[in-house]
Amino acid sequence: MSLWEYANPKKFMQTATRVLPVVSVLAAICMVGGLVWGFFFTPDDYKQGATVKIIFIHVPAAMMAINVWGMMLVTSLVWIVRRHHVSALAARAAAPLGMTFTLIALVTGALWGQPMWGTWWEWDPRLTSFLILFLFYLGYVALWQAVENPDTAADLTSVLCIVGSVFAALSRYAVKFWNQGLHQDSTIMKVGEKDPLDPAYYWPLIVCIAGFILTFVALVLLRTVTEIRARRLAVLTARERLA
Amino acid sequence: MIALLLRDLRLAVRAGGGFGLGLAFFLLVAVLVPLGVGPEGGTLAKIAPGILWVGALLACLLSLDRIFALDFEDGSLDLLATAPIPLEGAVAMKSAAHWLVTGLPLTLAAPVLGVLLHLPGEGYFWLVASLALGTPALSVIGTFGAALTVGLKRGGLLLSLLVLPLYVPTLIFGAEVVKRGAAGMAVEVPLLLLAGITLGAAAVLPFASALALRINLR
Repeated sequence: MSLWEYANPKKFMQTATRVLPVVSVLAAICMVGGLVWGFFFTPDDYKQGATVKIIFIHVPAAMMAINVWGMMLVTSLVWIVRRHHVSALAARAAAPLGMTFTLIALVTGALWGQPMWGTWWEWDPRLTSFLILFLFYLGYVALWQAVENPDTAADLTSVLCIVGSVFAALSRYAVKFWNQGLHQDSTIMKVGEKDPLDPAYYWPLIVCIAGFILTFVALVLLRTVTEIRARRLAVLTARERLA
Repeated sequence: MIALLLRDLRLAVRAGGGFGLGLAFFLLVAVLVPLGVGPEGGTLAKIAPGILWVGALLACLLSLDRIFALDFEDGSLDLLATAPIPLEGAVAMKSAAHWLVTGLPLTLAAPVLGVLLHLPGEGYFWLVASLALGTPALSVIGTFGAALTVGLKRGGLLLSLLVLPLYVPTLIFGAEVVKRGAAGMAVEVPLLLLAGITLGAAAVLPFASALALRINLR
Protein backbone atom coordinates (compact mmCIF):
# COMPACT_ATOMS: atom_id res chain seq x y z
CA MET A 1 0.00 0.00 0.00
CA SER A 2 1.67 3.17 -1.13
CA LEU A 3 0.57 6.61 -2.19
CA TRP A 4 1.60 5.88 -5.78
CA GLU A 5 -1.22 3.36 -6.11
CA TYR A 6 -3.52 6.31 -6.62
CA ALA A 7 -1.60 7.26 -9.75
CA ASN A 8 -3.69 4.55 -11.37
CA PRO A 9 -6.86 6.41 -12.42
CA LYS A 10 -9.02 3.33 -11.82
CA LYS A 11 -7.79 2.89 -8.27
CA PHE A 12 -8.05 6.65 -7.72
CA MET A 13 -11.63 6.70 -8.99
CA GLN A 14 -12.63 3.81 -6.72
CA THR A 15 -11.21 5.43 -3.61
CA ALA A 16 -12.25 8.97 -4.52
CA THR A 17 -15.88 8.09 -5.16
CA ARG A 18 -15.96 6.21 -1.86
CA VAL A 19 -14.27 8.96 0.15
CA LEU A 20 -16.05 11.87 -1.49
CA PRO A 21 -19.43 11.63 0.34
CA VAL A 22 -17.70 11.31 3.72
CA VAL A 23 -15.44 14.28 3.13
CA SER A 24 -18.33 16.36 1.78
CA VAL A 25 -20.48 15.70 4.83
CA LEU A 26 -17.59 16.42 7.21
CA ALA A 27 -16.82 19.61 5.29
CA ALA A 28 -20.42 20.76 5.52
CA ILE A 29 -20.54 20.01 9.28
CA CYS A 30 -17.28 21.86 9.97
CA MET A 31 -18.16 24.83 7.75
CA VAL A 32 -21.67 25.33 9.09
CA GLY A 33 -20.70 24.48 12.67
CA GLY A 34 -17.60 26.66 12.70
CA LEU A 35 -19.25 29.63 11.04
CA VAL A 36 -22.38 29.50 13.22
CA TRP A 37 -20.23 29.09 16.35
CA GLY A 38 -17.97 31.90 15.22
CA PHE A 39 -20.67 34.32 14.11
CA PHE A 40 -23.28 33.88 16.84
CA PHE A 41 -21.61 32.35 19.89
CA THR A 42 -18.44 34.38 20.31
CA PRO A 43 -18.25 37.75 22.08
CA ASP A 44 -17.63 41.01 20.19
CA ASP A 45 -14.13 42.41 20.41
CA TYR A 46 -13.82 45.43 22.74
CA LYS A 47 -12.18 47.48 20.01
CA GLN A 48 -13.25 45.94 16.71
CA GLY A 49 -16.85 45.11 17.63
CA ALA A 50 -18.58 42.54 15.44
CA THR A 51 -16.15 43.08 12.54
CA VAL A 52 -13.66 40.80 14.27
CA LYS A 53 -15.77 37.85 13.19
CA ILE A 54 -14.60 38.16 9.61
CA ILE A 55 -11.52 36.30 10.89
CA PHE A 56 -13.50 33.06 10.55
CA ILE A 57 -13.60 33.45 6.76
CA HIS A 58 -10.60 35.64 6.07
CA VAL A 59 -7.90 33.63 7.86
CA PRO A 60 -8.86 30.14 6.54
CA ALA A 61 -9.26 31.51 3.00
CA ALA A 62 -5.87 33.20 3.14
CA MET A 63 -4.20 30.05 4.49
CA MET A 64 -5.80 27.96 1.78
CA ALA A 65 -4.82 30.44 -0.94
CA ILE A 66 -1.15 29.86 -0.19
CA ASN A 67 -1.36 26.15 0.60
CA VAL A 68 -3.28 25.39 -2.59
CA TRP A 69 -0.43 26.89 -4.58
CA GLY A 70 1.93 24.68 -2.60
CA MET A 71 -0.18 21.65 -3.43
CA MET A 72 -0.17 22.63 -7.12
CA LEU A 73 3.62 22.89 -6.95
CA VAL A 74 3.90 19.38 -5.51
CA THR A 75 1.48 17.84 -8.02
CA SER A 76 3.25 19.67 -10.86
CA LEU A 77 6.57 18.23 -9.74
CA VAL A 78 5.03 14.75 -9.53
CA TRP A 79 3.67 15.17 -13.07
CA ILE A 80 7.03 16.35 -14.42
CA VAL A 81 8.99 13.60 -12.68
CA ARG A 82 6.67 10.59 -12.73
CA ARG A 83 4.10 11.47 -15.43
CA HIS A 84 1.02 10.50 -13.41
CA HIS A 85 -2.03 11.95 -15.12
CA VAL A 86 -4.07 12.09 -11.92
CA SER A 87 -1.47 14.43 -10.49
CA ALA A 88 -1.69 16.87 -13.39
CA LEU A 89 -5.48 16.75 -13.27
CA ALA A 90 -5.47 17.45 -9.54
CA ALA A 91 -3.32 20.54 -10.13
CA ARG A 92 -5.72 21.65 -12.81
CA ALA A 93 -8.69 21.05 -10.51
CA ALA A 94 -7.09 22.95 -7.64
CA ALA A 95 -6.13 26.13 -9.50
CA PRO A 96 -9.56 27.82 -9.81
CA LEU A 97 -10.28 26.91 -6.18
CA GLY A 98 -7.06 28.53 -5.02
CA MET A 99 -7.90 31.57 -7.11
CA THR A 100 -11.30 31.78 -5.44
CA PHE A 101 -9.75 31.49 -1.97
CA THR A 102 -7.36 34.32 -2.85
CA LEU A 103 -10.27 36.44 -4.02
CA ILE A 104 -12.26 35.66 -0.85
CA ALA A 105 -9.29 36.65 1.31
CA LEU A 106 -8.86 39.91 -0.60
CA VAL A 107 -12.55 40.83 -0.53
CA THR A 108 -13.14 39.98 3.15
CA GLY A 109 -9.95 41.85 3.99
CA ALA A 110 -11.24 44.91 2.16
CA LEU A 111 -14.60 44.68 3.94
CA TRP A 112 -12.81 44.53 7.29
CA GLY A 113 -10.24 47.16 6.38
CA GLN A 114 -12.80 49.79 5.50
CA PRO A 115 -14.20 50.26 9.06
CA MET A 116 -10.93 49.35 10.84
CA TRP A 117 -8.15 50.93 8.83
CA GLY A 118 -10.44 53.48 7.17
CA THR A 119 -9.54 52.24 3.70
CA TRP A 120 -10.68 49.47 1.36
CA TRP A 121 -7.23 48.96 0.01
CA GLU A 122 -3.75 49.72 1.22
CA TRP A 123 -0.51 48.87 -0.59
CA ASP A 124 0.62 46.84 2.36
CA PRO A 125 3.08 43.96 1.71
CA ARG A 126 0.63 41.22 2.60
CA LEU A 127 -2.21 42.73 0.58
CA THR A 128 0.07 43.38 -2.37
CA SER A 129 1.55 39.90 -2.36
CA PHE A 130 -1.93 38.43 -2.31
CA LEU A 131 -2.91 40.52 -5.29
CA ILE A 132 0.22 39.28 -7.07
CA LEU A 133 -0.61 35.70 -6.07
CA PHE A 134 -4.03 36.23 -7.63
CA LEU A 135 -2.34 37.30 -10.88
CA PHE A 136 -0.20 34.15 -10.80
CA TYR A 137 -3.32 32.01 -10.42
CA LEU A 138 -4.95 33.94 -13.27
CA GLY A 139 -2.01 33.29 -15.60
CA TYR A 140 -1.87 29.61 -14.63
CA VAL A 141 -5.59 29.05 -15.25
CA ALA A 142 -5.43 31.02 -18.50
CA LEU A 143 -2.58 28.82 -19.76
CA TRP A 144 -4.58 25.67 -19.00
CA GLN A 145 -7.49 27.13 -20.93
CA ALA A 146 -5.40 28.22 -23.90
CA VAL A 147 -3.57 25.01 -24.79
CA GLU A 148 -5.66 22.41 -26.58
CA ASN A 149 -3.61 19.23 -26.22
CA PRO A 150 -4.11 18.14 -22.57
CA ASP A 151 -0.62 16.66 -22.14
CA THR A 152 1.10 19.72 -23.59
CA ALA A 153 -1.07 21.90 -21.35
CA ALA A 154 -0.14 19.83 -18.29
CA ASP A 155 3.57 20.08 -19.14
CA LEU A 156 3.53 23.81 -19.80
CA THR A 157 1.48 24.67 -16.73
CA SER A 158 3.77 22.54 -14.56
CA VAL A 159 6.81 24.43 -15.80
CA LEU A 160 4.97 27.70 -15.24
CA CYS A 161 3.96 26.62 -11.73
CA ILE A 162 7.53 25.75 -10.76
CA VAL A 163 9.06 28.94 -12.18
CA GLY A 164 6.10 30.94 -10.87
CA SER A 165 6.63 29.60 -7.35
CA VAL A 166 10.18 30.91 -7.31
CA PHE A 167 9.07 34.30 -8.58
CA ALA A 168 6.08 34.41 -6.23
CA ALA A 169 8.43 33.89 -3.28
CA LEU A 170 10.79 36.53 -4.68
CA SER A 171 7.88 38.94 -5.08
CA ARG A 172 6.85 38.35 -1.50
CA TYR A 173 10.26 39.51 -0.24
CA ALA A 174 10.53 42.27 -2.83
CA VAL A 175 7.18 43.65 -1.74
CA LYS A 176 8.22 43.53 1.93
CA PHE A 177 11.29 45.49 0.96
CA TRP A 178 9.21 48.01 -0.96
CA ASN A 179 6.72 49.06 1.68
CA GLN A 180 6.24 48.81 5.42
CA GLY A 181 3.33 46.82 6.74
CA LEU A 182 -0.03 47.83 8.11
CA HIS A 183 -1.41 44.30 8.29
CA GLN A 184 -1.15 42.65 11.72
CA ASP A 185 0.99 39.58 12.17
CA SER A 186 -0.51 36.14 12.33
CA THR A 187 -1.57 35.26 15.87
CA ILE A 188 -2.88 31.76 15.39
CA MET A 189 0.46 30.03 16.01
CA LYS A 190 1.20 32.20 19.03
CA VAL A 191 -0.52 30.11 21.69
CA GLY A 192 1.57 30.41 24.83
CA GLU A 193 3.43 33.46 23.60
CA LYS A 194 2.63 37.05 24.35
CA ASP A 195 -0.36 38.63 22.66
CA PRO A 196 -2.06 35.36 21.66
CA LEU A 197 -5.40 34.93 19.97
CA ASP A 198 -8.23 34.86 22.53
CA PRO A 199 -9.33 31.24 23.22
CA ALA A 200 -12.94 32.32 22.61
CA TYR A 201 -11.98 32.83 18.94
CA TYR A 202 -9.33 30.14 18.73
CA TRP A 203 -11.46 27.00 18.66
CA PRO A 204 -14.17 28.22 16.27
CA LEU A 205 -11.35 29.41 14.00
CA ILE A 206 -9.73 25.96 14.07
CA VAL A 207 -13.08 24.40 13.13
CA CYS A 208 -13.47 26.88 10.28
CA ILE A 209 -9.97 26.13 9.00
CA ALA A 210 -10.79 22.41 9.08
CA GLY A 211 -14.00 23.21 7.21
CA PHE A 212 -12.13 25.14 4.50
CA ILE A 213 -9.55 22.36 4.11
CA LEU A 214 -12.23 19.66 3.88
CA THR A 215 -14.26 21.71 1.41
CA PHE A 216 -11.17 22.12 -0.72
CA VAL A 217 -10.38 18.40 -0.59
CA ALA A 218 -13.96 17.51 -1.49
CA LEU A 219 -14.03 19.95 -4.42
CA VAL A 220 -10.64 18.84 -5.74
CA LEU A 221 -11.69 15.18 -5.60
CA LEU A 222 -14.97 16.01 -7.30
CA ARG A 223 -13.33 18.07 -10.03
CA THR A 224 -10.61 15.47 -10.63
CA VAL A 225 -13.17 12.67 -10.85
CA THR A 226 -15.21 14.78 -13.27
CA GLU A 227 -12.15 15.44 -15.39
CA ILE A 228 -11.22 11.75 -15.53
CA ARG A 229 -14.78 10.89 -16.56
CA ALA A 230 -14.71 13.63 -19.21
CA ARG A 231 -11.50 12.17 -20.64
CA ARG A 232 -12.91 8.64 -20.68
CA LEU A 233 -15.97 9.98 -22.46
CA ALA A 234 -13.76 11.74 -25.02
CA VAL A 235 -11.90 8.50 -25.69
CA LEU A 236 -15.16 6.55 -26.03
CA THR A 237 -16.66 9.04 -28.48
CA ALA A 238 -13.41 9.10 -30.46
CA ARG A 239 -13.48 5.28 -30.68
CA GLU A 240 -17.14 5.39 -31.70
CA ARG A 241 -16.32 7.76 -34.55
CA LEU A 242 -13.49 5.55 -35.78
CA ALA A 243 -15.53 2.36 -35.65
CA MET B 1 25.91 30.51 -31.24
CA ILE B 2 27.53 33.78 -32.21
CA ALA B 3 26.22 33.26 -35.74
CA LEU B 4 22.73 32.79 -34.32
CA LEU B 5 23.06 36.00 -32.33
CA LEU B 6 24.21 37.93 -35.40
CA ARG B 7 21.42 36.45 -37.49
CA ASP B 8 18.79 37.53 -34.95
CA LEU B 9 20.27 41.00 -34.72
CA ARG B 10 20.30 41.34 -38.50
CA LEU B 11 16.71 40.16 -38.76
CA ALA B 12 15.61 42.63 -36.11
CA VAL B 13 17.39 45.64 -37.54
CA ARG B 14 16.42 45.17 -41.18
CA ALA B 15 13.10 46.25 -42.60
CA GLY B 16 10.04 44.73 -40.95
CA GLY B 17 12.01 43.61 -37.92
CA GLY B 18 10.22 46.02 -35.63
CA PHE B 19 13.44 47.47 -34.29
CA GLY B 20 12.74 50.84 -32.71
CA LEU B 21 9.05 50.18 -32.12
CA GLY B 22 9.72 49.55 -28.44
CA LEU B 23 11.75 52.71 -28.28
CA ALA B 24 8.93 54.72 -29.88
CA PHE B 25 6.50 53.18 -27.42
CA PHE B 26 8.75 54.18 -24.51
CA LEU B 27 8.84 57.75 -25.84
CA LEU B 28 5.05 57.80 -26.14
CA VAL B 29 4.61 56.63 -22.54
CA ALA B 30 6.94 59.38 -21.34
CA VAL B 31 4.94 61.93 -23.32
CA LEU B 32 1.48 60.66 -22.42
CA VAL B 33 2.02 60.45 -18.67
CA PRO B 34 2.63 64.19 -18.15
CA LEU B 35 -0.39 64.87 -20.38
CA GLY B 36 -2.47 62.72 -18.10
CA VAL B 37 -0.97 63.67 -14.76
CA GLY B 38 -0.49 67.40 -15.33
CA PRO B 39 2.63 69.47 -15.92
CA GLU B 40 3.66 70.23 -12.29
CA GLY B 41 7.38 69.50 -12.00
CA GLY B 42 7.18 68.32 -8.38
CA THR B 43 4.64 65.59 -9.06
CA LEU B 44 6.43 64.45 -12.21
CA ALA B 45 9.80 64.32 -10.48
CA LYS B 46 8.25 62.17 -7.78
CA ILE B 47 6.74 59.60 -10.16
CA ALA B 48 9.48 59.74 -12.83
CA PRO B 49 11.48 56.69 -11.59
CA GLY B 50 8.39 54.50 -11.50
CA ILE B 51 7.04 55.73 -14.83
CA LEU B 52 10.36 55.23 -16.59
CA TRP B 53 10.69 51.71 -15.24
CA VAL B 54 7.09 50.75 -16.05
CA GLY B 55 7.48 52.28 -19.51
CA ALA B 56 10.67 50.32 -20.17
CA LEU B 57 8.99 47.15 -18.92
CA LEU B 58 5.97 47.57 -21.18
CA ALA B 59 8.15 48.47 -24.17
CA CYS B 60 10.08 45.25 -23.52
CA LEU B 61 6.84 43.29 -23.31
CA LEU B 62 5.69 44.55 -26.72
CA SER B 63 8.36 42.74 -28.67
CA LEU B 64 8.42 39.48 -26.68
CA ASP B 65 6.13 37.45 -28.93
CA ARG B 66 8.50 38.11 -31.85
CA ILE B 67 11.33 36.21 -30.14
CA PHE B 68 10.08 32.81 -31.29
CA ALA B 69 6.95 33.46 -33.36
CA LEU B 70 8.61 34.08 -36.75
CA ASP B 71 11.06 31.22 -36.34
CA PHE B 72 8.21 28.95 -35.30
CA GLU B 73 6.18 29.86 -38.38
CA ASP B 74 8.90 29.28 -40.96
CA GLY B 75 10.18 26.15 -39.24
CA SER B 76 13.65 27.36 -38.33
CA LEU B 77 12.83 26.78 -34.68
CA ASP B 78 12.54 23.04 -35.37
CA LEU B 79 15.96 23.17 -37.04
CA LEU B 80 17.39 24.97 -34.02
CA ALA B 81 15.93 22.34 -31.71
CA THR B 82 17.61 19.54 -33.68
CA ALA B 83 20.84 21.47 -34.28
CA PRO B 84 24.07 20.26 -32.63
CA ILE B 85 24.20 23.27 -30.29
CA PRO B 86 22.13 22.80 -27.11
CA LEU B 87 18.70 24.40 -27.26
CA GLU B 88 19.44 26.07 -23.92
CA GLY B 89 22.30 27.96 -25.53
CA ALA B 90 20.17 28.92 -28.52
CA VAL B 91 17.50 30.23 -26.15
CA ALA B 92 20.06 32.23 -24.19
CA MET B 93 21.28 33.76 -27.46
CA LYS B 94 17.70 34.64 -28.38
CA SER B 95 17.37 36.46 -25.04
CA ALA B 96 20.65 38.25 -25.62
CA ALA B 97 19.54 39.36 -29.08
CA HIS B 98 16.25 40.58 -27.65
CA TRP B 99 18.09 42.56 -25.00
CA LEU B 100 20.45 44.10 -27.57
CA VAL B 101 17.59 45.34 -29.75
CA THR B 102 15.20 46.45 -26.96
CA GLY B 103 16.79 46.61 -23.50
CA LEU B 104 19.98 48.34 -24.54
CA PRO B 105 18.33 51.10 -26.65
CA LEU B 106 15.79 51.65 -23.85
CA THR B 107 18.61 52.04 -21.34
CA LEU B 108 20.40 54.55 -23.55
CA ALA B 109 17.22 56.51 -24.30
CA ALA B 110 16.00 56.63 -20.71
CA PRO B 111 18.01 59.69 -19.57
CA VAL B 112 16.52 61.78 -22.39
CA LEU B 113 13.03 60.82 -21.29
CA GLY B 114 14.09 61.50 -17.70
CA VAL B 115 14.52 65.13 -18.72
CA LEU B 116 10.93 65.19 -19.99
CA LEU B 117 9.76 63.89 -16.60
CA HIS B 118 11.93 66.26 -14.49
CA LEU B 119 13.94 63.45 -12.96
CA PRO B 120 16.21 65.00 -10.28
CA GLY B 121 19.87 65.32 -11.32
CA GLU B 122 21.24 62.63 -8.98
CA GLY B 123 18.89 60.06 -10.47
CA TYR B 124 20.28 59.88 -14.03
CA PHE B 125 23.29 57.75 -13.29
CA TRP B 126 21.21 55.29 -11.25
CA LEU B 127 18.48 55.24 -13.90
CA VAL B 128 20.96 54.08 -16.53
CA ALA B 129 22.68 51.74 -14.10
CA SER B 130 19.46 50.10 -12.90
CA LEU B 131 18.08 49.71 -16.43
CA ALA B 132 21.38 48.29 -17.67
CA LEU B 133 21.32 45.78 -14.81
CA GLY B 134 17.58 45.06 -14.87
CA THR B 135 16.52 44.91 -18.53
CA PRO B 136 18.51 41.69 -19.20
CA ALA B 137 16.28 40.04 -16.58
CA LEU B 138 13.23 41.38 -18.42
CA SER B 139 14.46 39.82 -21.67
CA VAL B 140 15.30 36.48 -20.09
CA ILE B 141 12.01 36.21 -18.20
CA GLY B 142 10.17 37.35 -21.32
CA THR B 143 11.88 34.65 -23.38
CA PHE B 144 10.51 32.10 -20.93
CA GLY B 145 6.99 33.50 -21.40
CA ALA B 146 7.44 33.50 -25.19
CA ALA B 147 8.62 29.88 -25.06
CA LEU B 148 5.51 28.89 -23.10
CA THR B 149 3.11 30.49 -25.57
CA VAL B 150 4.94 29.90 -28.84
CA GLY B 151 2.53 27.44 -30.41
CA LEU B 152 -0.62 29.30 -29.50
CA LYS B 153 -2.79 31.33 -31.77
CA ARG B 154 -3.52 34.71 -30.16
CA GLY B 155 -0.79 34.04 -27.62
CA GLY B 156 0.10 37.72 -27.29
CA LEU B 157 -2.37 38.65 -24.56
CA LEU B 158 -1.76 35.44 -22.66
CA LEU B 159 1.96 36.15 -22.87
CA SER B 160 1.50 39.49 -21.08
CA LEU B 161 -0.68 37.84 -18.45
CA LEU B 162 1.98 35.22 -17.78
CA VAL B 163 5.01 37.48 -17.89
CA LEU B 164 3.84 40.57 -15.99
CA PRO B 165 3.55 38.85 -12.58
CA LEU B 166 7.06 37.45 -13.13
CA TYR B 167 8.32 41.00 -13.70
CA VAL B 168 7.24 42.18 -10.25
CA PRO B 169 10.52 41.71 -8.32
CA THR B 170 12.63 43.21 -11.11
CA LEU B 171 10.35 46.23 -11.32
CA ILE B 172 10.29 46.80 -7.57
CA PHE B 173 14.06 46.68 -7.12
CA GLY B 174 14.77 48.60 -10.34
CA ALA B 175 12.43 51.46 -9.54
CA GLU B 176 13.66 51.46 -5.94
CA VAL B 177 17.25 52.01 -7.10
CA VAL B 178 16.24 55.06 -9.15
CA LYS B 179 13.96 56.40 -6.43
CA ARG B 180 16.67 56.16 -3.79
CA GLY B 181 19.32 57.44 -6.16
CA ALA B 182 17.20 60.47 -7.06
CA ALA B 183 16.60 61.19 -3.37
CA GLY B 184 20.35 60.93 -2.66
CA MET B 185 20.02 57.83 -0.49
CA ALA B 186 22.16 54.70 -0.45
CA VAL B 187 21.29 52.35 -3.31
CA GLU B 188 23.55 49.36 -2.69
CA VAL B 189 20.91 46.98 -1.33
CA PRO B 190 18.30 47.21 -4.12
CA LEU B 191 21.08 47.39 -6.71
CA LEU B 192 22.62 44.16 -5.46
CA LEU B 193 19.23 42.47 -5.28
CA LEU B 194 18.46 43.61 -8.83
CA ALA B 195 21.79 42.24 -10.03
CA GLY B 196 21.02 39.01 -8.18
CA ILE B 197 17.68 38.63 -9.96
CA THR B 198 19.27 39.28 -13.35
CA LEU B 199 22.11 36.83 -12.81
CA GLY B 200 19.86 34.18 -11.30
CA ALA B 201 17.30 34.48 -14.08
CA ALA B 202 19.99 34.42 -16.77
CA ALA B 203 21.54 31.32 -15.22
CA VAL B 204 18.41 29.23 -14.65
CA LEU B 205 15.60 30.41 -16.91
CA PRO B 206 17.15 29.39 -20.27
CA PHE B 207 16.80 25.80 -19.08
CA ALA B 208 13.12 26.31 -18.25
CA SER B 209 12.59 28.11 -21.58
CA ALA B 210 14.27 25.30 -23.52
CA LEU B 211 12.12 22.77 -21.68
CA ALA B 212 8.96 24.70 -22.57
CA LEU B 213 10.10 24.97 -26.21
CA ARG B 214 10.73 21.22 -26.44
CA ILE B 215 7.24 20.59 -25.06
CA ASN B 216 5.72 22.97 -27.59
CA LEU B 217 7.65 21.52 -30.52
CA ARG B 218 6.80 17.93 -29.62
